[in-house]
Formats: sequence, structure tokens, C-alpha cells
Amino acid sequence: MVVFYRRMPRFEYLKPQRFEDVLELLADGTPNRYRVFAGGTDLMDQLKQRKIDVPETVIDLKGLAELDFIDFDKSSGLRIGALTTVTDVANSPEIDQHYSALAQGAREIASIQIQNRATITGNICNAVSSADSAPPLLALGAEVVCATGKGERSIKIEDFFTGPGETVLQPDELVKEIKLPPPTKGSNSVYLKLAPRGRMDLAWIGVAVWAEISAGKFTEVRIGLGAAAPTPIRTPKAEAALRGAEVSQKNIEAAAALASGEAKPRENSFRAGGEYRHMMVEVLVKRALTQLAG
Amino acid sequence: MDKITCNFVVNGSAEEVSFPPNRTLLHMLREDLLFHGVREGCSHGECGSCNVILDGKLVNACLILAAEADGLEILTVEGMADGEDLHPIQQAFVDESGMQCGACTTGMILSTKNLLDANPDPSREEIKDALAGNFCRCTGYAKIFESVEAAAETMKGGQQ
Repeated sequence: MVVFYRRMPRFEYLKPQRFEDVLELLADGTPNRYRVFAGGTDLMDQLKQRKIDVPETVIDLKGLAELDFIDFDKSSGLRIGALTTVTDVANSPEIDQHYSALAQGAREIASIQIQNRATITGNICNAVSSADSAPPLLALGAEVVCATGKGERSIKIEDFFTGPGETVLQPDELVKEIKLPPPTKGSNSVYLKLAPRGRMDLAWIGVAVWAEISAGKFTEVRIGLGAAAPTPIRTPKAEAALRGAEVSQKNIEAAAALASGEAKPRENSFRAGGEYRHMMVEVLVKRALTQLAG
Repeated sequence: MDKITCNFVVNGSAEEVSFPPNRTLLHMLREDLLFHGVREGCSHGECGSCNVILDGKLVNACLILAAEADGLEILTVEGMADGEDLHPIQQAFVDESGMQCGACTTGMILSTKNLLDANPDPSREEIKDALAGNFCRCTGYAKIFESVEAAAETMKGGQQ
């Protein structure tokens, strides 16, 4: 039976103004006492539908204005603050130029209304397999910088997701920013989303590819898949097959077939069956690599 | 759940409102301030019926807590007209029959304003993209797109 809740459960609201204050609250450790949010576009809906345990208090992070930034430097790379909205990432000329797949992924996240509120960090913390920002971040080699009251750690994005809706984040831990390595010579990236109803639809398959090409060879390739397994994933076999390989249709097709084999979609789900998703991974990886090979 | 008190500027007027912390912006606007042009459709951020412009940005009021909007400016469809004179976008929806049941219309008008403020001369594809977050349950999209085009035409002519 589908229960269609529209009403908010009861909770208290806090909006701390300092990062340390949030960490101090989270250090409390009592289950379901606190839940942090930035844009709230996922959390408010989950609360209405009782999809998650209702916390005693929701913590609005928007008081921490210092976490709303995009900082790009050619030698050190890109940093995106935990409060930076999807709209700001989609509209950033620097991200569009140097991290194309991420700008393209951001533009595919739901409506303008949602993009104006939602954050890229929230998109990955919510950890849905079809999250449009996840394959680009995997392909671009992102790291997630997290903090607790005791210190900071940096987590590779491929180690961040642990299951549907689950991440390695501890209850007392808060994401500060997402870091991406500086662009390298001859590299480019692309994100392709298969979704019959476009950006309002969840990805049936999302594929991001980052490739560095020099003298007719792939020197380095990273591939990120969305909605192809319980979490967003990399495809190490396909990437290894391309490393050092000549840029040719044959090599691209072989890698696409490998990537398809690395996908682990559900046998049946209401958007698309497993077999179809395997096939579409192959099609989209081939298409993305062909596009980057130019 | 003790009530919290916040201040807003809604359609140009300062408002002080007290509400429980789980109050959404949608319900604060509809039930506390009686702006019934802000509609509850799907209540999940899919349909755009609850659109408002918050601090200059188009948002779904159903997914925002009223407390999050403390201190900010809010524009609802009620703030579009100048007294008895409809805004050119509203007039275009009337003239071109850009509505059937009317449930989605207020949201459509705010999405159109958001589009035309940034892009005064949009193509049909750009209009469709800008209205992707607004559902018309009557499926009367053709007339809605024509209304947006008519509004763009009037506004380019300098009539505000």
C-alpha cells in the first residue's frame, strides 16, 4: 500500500551561525536527536513521507555562509563548499570549462526551482544511486572533505558511498567541501544521462567519462556510472583496458563492453530492467568516449 | 514545539509571523498570511504549484521551512499586478487562454517571470525547459507556451 503523506511531522529548528557550533551539536551522539540539512529539498520530502526516522531537531546549515563558495585555481584545482547550490555549479564558467561533466550533471538535477535550493554536497550525501552529480564527481576524481570536533579527513568519492542512501559519514561528521584535482593537459569530460523525461526524471543510466588523450593515446581514463549498481560506481576494468591504448573505435567498443560487465543493476525495477541497463551502459560509455575522442 | 517568530517582506510589505518550527513556507504563506495564490499541488517539489520567488530565486515553497526564509523577501503571484492592472505575463495568460482549471497557473506565471527576467526573447525549447518544473494537470501546455511567447512580445515592447 502506498501511503501518501503530505504533512510535516513535528520537530524543532536550529540555525547555528558557526561551524564549530554544528560540530558540537553533532558530537552529542544520541540517535535521531539531530539531522543537518542545506537546501532541504530531499530532507523535507523524506520527512513528509516518513522515509527516515524523524529527528528531534533539524539543523539548518545556511547560517554557515563561509561554506557557500566555488574556488578555482589552475594549479590547485577546484573546491566546492558544502552549501554551494546546484544552480551556482551549473552556471559557473570555470566548472563548465574545466570540469564539463560536473556542470552537465548539475544541469540535469530536476527543475530550476530545485536547483536553486539543492546543493551538490546534499546530492551526494543523500547517496541515491541515480544522483546526477555522482558519476561526474567519480570521473573527475573528487574527494570529500569532512570534519568532526576532533579533526578533518578527506575521503575519495569512490569510497564515500556504501549503499543506497548510505555513506561512510559518521553521525558526528559534517561535509565541509568537495575537492577536485586541477585540470590536466589534453583532458576533457562529459556526462550523459538516459532519462526519457529529461531533467525531471531520475537517471535510468548516468555515465560520466573523464579522459586524458595525448599523441593519439588514452593516457588516463576514469568512468563513473549512476543507476547501474546499488551505489554510483567506477569501472576499473574498462579504465585499465584504455590506459595507454590507442584512441580507436575498436578499443572504445571493447572498453564499453567491459564497463557494461562491471555494472550491477537490479534485475527488476520500475524504471528499467537489469538487462536493459547493462546494454545502455555499453551504449553510453561508447558514446561518451567517442565524443571525447573527437 | 514552541512557536518561533520570523520577519519577512512579502510582496513589498513587512510581516511578522509566529508559527511552529515544522511550518513550511507554503503553509505559512497560505494559512497565516492568506496568500492563496501559493498552491499545494504534489507537495514533493515536482509540480511547481507552490512556486514563489524567494530572495530573487524561484523556489518550491512546499520544500522550505518558513523559518528558513526569516529576514528574506518573498514574491507571490499576488505581488505581480500593479493595483487593478495585471502584469503583462498575467494579461498574456488571460488573452491567450493559458489556463484551463487554473491550478497550475500561478506557478506557471512565476516561472515565466523567472525566465523572462533573465531571457527576454526565449525560444520554444527554452520556454519548455524553464517550465519543466511546472505540471499542468489539464495538459494544456500549447496555450501556456503561447502565453509565454505573447508575454515576451509585450514586455519587449517596453510595456511593463
